[in-house]
Amino acid sequence: MKQALSQARYGIAAVVAVVALFVIGALAAPNLTFRVYYAVSFIVLAAIGLAIIFGIMGVINLAHGEFILVGAYATTLSVTKLGVPLPAGMLVGALVTALFGLVVERVIISGYVPNWIGQQTVGRDLIKPFYDRLADSMVATFGLSLIMVQGARIVFGNSINQIGVPFGSTAGYPDYRIALVGITAGVLAVVYLLFTRTDFGTRVRATMQDEQTAMALGINTERTYMLTFAIGSGLAGFTGALFAPLLSMQPTLGSQFLVEAFVAVVVGGASVVVGTSLSGLMLGPIDALFSDEFGEFAGRIALLVAAMLALRFLPGGITGVVDRLRDRMEGGS
Amino acid sequence: MVAASTPSAITRLRNRLEGPNTIGNSRRFWTALALVVVALIAFPVVGGTGSQFSLFLVLGLLGLSLSLVWGYAGVLSFGQVVFFGIGAYTFGVVSINVPTPAGITGAVFAGVLAGAVVAALLGYFMFYGGVRDVYVTIITLVSTLVMLTFMAQTAGSEWTIGSAALGGFNGMPAIPLLTLGIEGVFTFQFVFNDLELFVPVLGVVNIDPFYYLSLAVLLAVYLGLRVLVNMDFGRVLVAIREDEDRTRMFGYDVERAKLVAFTIGGGLAGLSGVLYAARNVYIDPSVFQLYFATLPVVWVSVGGRKSLLGAVSATVAVEYVRLSLGGELALVVVGALLLVSILVLPGGIIPWIDDKLSDGRLDVSDVESPETPPEATEP
Repeated sequence: MKQALSQARYGIAAVVAVVALFVIGALAAPNLTFRVYYAVSFIVLAAIGLAIIFGIMGVINLAHGEFILVGAYATTLSVTKLGVPLPAGMLVGALVTALFGLVVERVIISGYVPNWIGQQTVGRDLIKPFYDRLADSMVATFGLSLIMVQGARIVFGNSINQIGVPFGSTAGYPDYRIALVGITAGVLAVVYLLFTRTDFGTRVRATMQDEQTAMALGINTERTYMLTFAIGSGLAGFTGALFAPLLSMQPTLGSQFLVEAFVAVVVGGASVVVGTSLSGLMLGPIDALFSDEFGEFAGRIALLVAAMLALRFLPGGITGVVDRLRDRMEGGS
Repeated sequence: MVAASTPSAITRLRNRLEGPNTIGNSRRFWTALALVVVALIAFPVVGGTGSQFSLFLVLGLLGLSLSLVWGYAGVLSFGQVVFFGIGAYTFGVVSINVPTPAGITGAVFAGVLAGAVVAALLGYFMFYGGVRDVYVTIITLVSTLVMLTFMAQTAGSEWTIGSAALGGFNGMPAIPLLTLGIEGVFTFQFVFNDLELFVPVLGVVNIDPFYYLSLAVLLAVYLGLRVLVNMDFGRVLVAIREDEDRTRMFGYDVERAKLVAFTIGGGLAGLSGVLYAARNVYIDPSVFQLYFATLPVVWVSVGGRKSLLGAVSATVAVEYVRLSLGGELALVVVGALLLVSILVLPGGIIPWIDDKLSDGRLDVSDVESPETPPEATEP
C-alpha cells in the first residue's frame, strides 16, 4: 500500500495531457470527446467513494450503490419537496449520506454501538470489527443493501419524481454532462489534496500503511477509520446527487453504478486518486467507443472483458504498474 | 470409537465419512440424520405433495457447491449461479433437441459437464493467472453480470441452437419433462407424474417422484462431499483455506487443488441447475441476477460455511422463510438475517449449535486421529 503518487512532475504532465486532449478533442470532434470524457467521469465518480473505503479500510462495501441511492434521493426530495435550490440540494445529499455512512460505520463496520450495548448488558463485546475482513464485510454490506433497496421501495414506492436536467446543450450534447466532467476533475483534486496535503490525510495514510505503528505514534486509528468511511460515503452520496437529474429515481438505481465502480476499483488497485482516475481514463473510452459502435450491451461486455484481462495481467492493478515504473525510475536516477 | 483389529463394514464407512473437517461425527448425529431423512421421506405423504419442498432440496445442492468452494477451499465465489445457469441452459438445449428419454438422460450429464467445464476454464484462468483472494470474488461476480447481460440479449432468432431458442429475457420455455432411462429398456418420468401410492393407514396418497429424486441426489452428494473433505484432498483444501502460502511451502500444488475443488463445485452447481430447470420446465436469465447470485452466499454464511451440514440446512431454512414470507418484507428479512448472522455468529449457526452440544467434550480436531503415525524417533 504505497502512498498516493507524489511524483509531482509526472502527475502534472499527465493532467496537462488529459486537459489538452479534452480541449483539442472538443474543437475537432466535440460530440465524441464529450461522450468519452463523460464516460470517464461516470466511472470515476461511481468508483471514488468505494475506492476510498476499500483502499484505506480494507472493507468492500457492496451497499455502495445504495449509498449513491441515499444521496440521489436526499437531493431529489430536498429539491422537489422542500424547494431547496439544486446546488444546495446536492450538498444536502452528500451530507445526509456522509451522516448515514457514519451511522453504518458505528453500528456495523466497527461494531462500536453493538459492542457498547454488549458491554452494558452482558459485559462483553458482541461483534468483531470488519476492518480487513474482506469476505465478511462483503456479506454484511450485501445484507445492508438488500434492506436499503427494499426499505426505499416500501417507504417511497417504486419511483419518485425526478428533477429536470439543468442547462442547455452544446454540439448536440447536454451541457450538464460536460459540467460533470469538470466537477469530476474538481472532486479528484480535492480528494488528492485532502489525502496528501493535510494532517488528516497523513494520519489516514499512516493508518493505511501500518495500523500498529500508527497507533503507537498516537494516531487514533478508530477515529481515522470512522472519518474515512464517512468521507467515502459522502462522496458516494455526492455522486448520487450529481446524477440525480440524469437518472430515473428508482430504488434500484444504485445497481447501475455497481459494475463500473467495482471494475474501476479492481483495475485501479489500492491507490485511491491515481488508481481510480487512471482506470477511469482507461475504461471510459473503451466503454464509450464500444457503446457507440455496437450498442450499450457491447460497451458493458467490453468493460467487463477489459477488467478480466486487466486482472489477469496486472494483478496489482494500475497502481501496481505505476509503483513498478516509479521504482524503476528511482532506481535508474 | 474405532473397532480393534477387524473393523466392520460400518466402522470402515464411518471412518470415511467422519473426520475433523465435518460436523457430526457421533452416533447421535447419524441417528438424528436418519430420523431427518425418514421425516423427509414421510413428509409429502403426510403434508401435501412436497413439490415446493423439492425446490429447496435442489437449491441445497447449490449451497453445497459453494460450501465446498468457499468453506473448504477458501475461494469466495459469487459465480456459482453462472455454473448453475449454464447447467440449466445446457440441459434445456440438449433435451429440446433430443426429446427422448435417452436424450434427456444425456442432457442431464451434459448439463453437469457443462457446469464443470466452464468452472474449470474460469478456474484455470484465475488460479494459474495468479488472481487471489478478493479479486477472485470480484471476477466471479463480474462473470455473473456478463452472463446476465449476454443471456438477456439472446431474444433474436439468430440465438437458436438446433431447435432450442435461448429466448432472451423471456427465457426458454417448454423444456421436455424429465424422463430418465433408455427407451425399450426402462424409462421413468419424474416431473408432473403424480404417483398414486397406497399407504396402509392413510389410504391412497399422491406423491411426487421428483421430490424423492432430489432428496436422494442431495443425500448422496452430501455424503459424497463428506467423504471428499475428509480425504487427504480435503485436508489440503482446508490447509489452503487457512494459509495458502504455507501450504505451498509444504510442497502442495495449491493451484491444482483449488482448480479441482472449483471444478467439482461447478459440476455440482450445474447439477443443481439441471434439476432446477427440469423441475420448473423453464429457465430464464433471472438466475444470473445479482440478487440470485448472492443467495448462495447468504445461505452458506448463515448456516456456517465451514460445514456442509450448515450449508444444506440453512439453504432449506432460508428459502422456506423467504418464499413463505413473500411480499415486500421478504427481502428486508433476508437482509437482516444475513447482517445479524454475520455480525453475531460469523462462523454460522450450525457450527455454533455443534459447539454448544459438544460443550465440555474435546473437539475432534484437537484429538490426534487414529491413523497418525507415532512420532519418529531419531536412531
